[in-house]
Amino acid sequence: MEELHSVPAWKETLVTRIIQICGYSSILFVILILYFLLSEGLPALWKADLNSLFSTRWYPTESYFGIWPLIFGSLFVTLGAGLVSVPLGIGTAVYISEVAPSWTKEILKPLVELLAGLPSVVLGFLGIQVLVPFMRRFFDLPTGLTALSGAILLGMISIPTMVSVAEDALNTVPKSYREASMALGATRWQTIWGVTLPAAKSGVITAVLLGMGRAMGETMAVMMVTGNAPVMPQGLQTIILPIRTMTATIASEMGEVAAGSVHYSVLFLIGIILFIISLVVNVVAFTLTSRKTTRSERLLS
Amino acid sequence: MRKRRLIPQQAQKIGFAGLSLLSLITVIPIIAIVIYIFIQGTPAISWEFLTGMPSNGMKSGGLWPAIIGTFYLTVGTAIFSVPLGIAAAIYIAEYAPNNQWTRLIRIAIINLAGIPSVVYGLFGLGLFVVFLNFGTSILAASLTLSIMTLPVIISTTEEALRAVPTSFRVVSISLGATRWQTIKRVVLPQALPGILTGVILGLERAAGETAPILFTGAAFFLPQLPHSMFDATMALPYHLFVISTQVPGMPIQIQYGTVLVLLLFVLGMNIAATLIRSRARARRQW
Repeated sequence: MEELHSVPAWKETLVTRIIQICGYSSILFVILILYFLLSEGLPALWKADLNSLFSTRWYPTESYFGIWPLIFGSLFVTLGAGLVSVPLGIGTAVYISEVAPSWTKEILKPLVELLAGLPSVVLGFLGIQVLVPFMRRFFDLPTGLTALSGAILLGMISIPTMVSVAEDALNTVPKSYREASMALGATRWQTIWGVTLPAAKSGVITAVLLGMGRAMGETMAVMMVTGNAPVMPQGLQTIILPIRTMTATIASEMGEVAAGSVHYSVLFLIGIILFIISLVVNVVAFTLTSRKTTRSERLLS
Repeated sequence: MRKRRLIPQQAQKIGFAGLSLLSLITVIPIIAIVIYIFIQGTPAISWEFLTGMPSNGMKSGGLWPAIIGTFYLTVGTAIFSVPLGIAAAIYIAEYAPNNQWTRLIRIAIINLAGIPSVVYGLFGLGLFVVFLNFGTSILAASLTLSIMTLPVIISTTEEALRAVPTSFRVVSISLGATRWQTIKRVVLPQALPGILTGVILGLERAAGETAPILFTGAAFFLPQLPHSMFDATMALPYHLFVISTQVPGMPIQIQYGTVLVLLLFVLGMNIAATLIRSRARARRQW
């Protein structure tokens, strides 16, 4: 047997320190990211005309930097993605956690994980090859590069997040809740609707939030299939028209701008907006779930 | 009485059918995508396709520089993110007191996990490419991908560490081992399969990403392989983006072949992670 040597105290302290520093590194990275976004992006507020910035026209080569079409483009596609992913994602999570026999679970879970691992360019590529031509023929459009194509792909991309978070939430509902409900004569279906889902409510909302956040931040797939036309969404027919998101704007234009130019700063400003949205979504999701645990801890103590 | 009982049961039947239908709509496209890519891509795969340089404006020849580039980027990402991520997870799982600072670390990690990949690209451009003057390079792209991968590695490692029963630690410490000795010789070996799974899944995501490397290290086309970590590189996902959207008249077979190679790369890592996990589960001693 290997002998345990006594470790000199200084070495133990050193290792502990290093591990502690690594532990805190995440905070440092968030601060660094925020700092670089702000230092490159905030100057846009005085370098670009504010009237231009908050207008509805994005045409950078003519110095029109209206960010509204991009913000609404992102919101529009994300909501569309939600219409696809919320029923499918939450439905799949409920099915896996509450209904499916274990052999079905063993098939479904790795498949959803596989979808999470598919690079978004791969989905974007298949979008161009399969989905876009289909859209064009189905709706008889001049182009199939539409908000709808983007929404469908983003819906697929956000499903794995929703499934795994919602399934975790459903799994943490104590078994006794379900047993009590069944003992009172409720069917399994009534138990799911009346007991399990309400008990896991905050977790399910978290799942929807995180999934939608994921969709909002997605870049490549949405850039490849939405046609990238920076126009304001005008009612429902926009769904079959080209649209452009904030992420796609950054990805497609950052490569061509000179560092420090107005256009460069405005693209970083859009990055700040994306950062703030993801910050809000994640902090809300975090407080929702941590409040849930403290409440259940109180109940148990 | 009978009537009242019958209706909930019918509702249950319809409800369960609906749920299984939703699950089917979710997974059938996934299976279809994989099969379709295999069918369309396999004819393009050949030795020259995998190991040749692109030629004729990328319209013929092979993928070698893109494959090597993705390999370099994945290894580069691993070098930075694996030690840092595991150490951070050890701190959170084994050392961190339950206070506001630890809560702040948690919020920071959750935040890092939520930041859009293209915003990581902006950050990498600002810090590594411009401020630290690494240029668009393998180094800058790997560092950017590392920070993006960090939250995945931290959270899966933390979970693996927490799964090791407390009694293991108690026994080790009561035998006179220090905290670090306990972690190094008892906790880490037990948690290793879980950690490996998390690391592979994190790197899988990094290998498939395009947006973070767009302005930090990816090259449209390079006539030769990168010589050092300060060179830009081609990469499979970015190459796929380029040939499917930026090069007109690209032969469709080459495009599907590229998708298949990328899919195999990702699928291989996915299967490795699944195997490690299931083997570890079968062997688990507690």
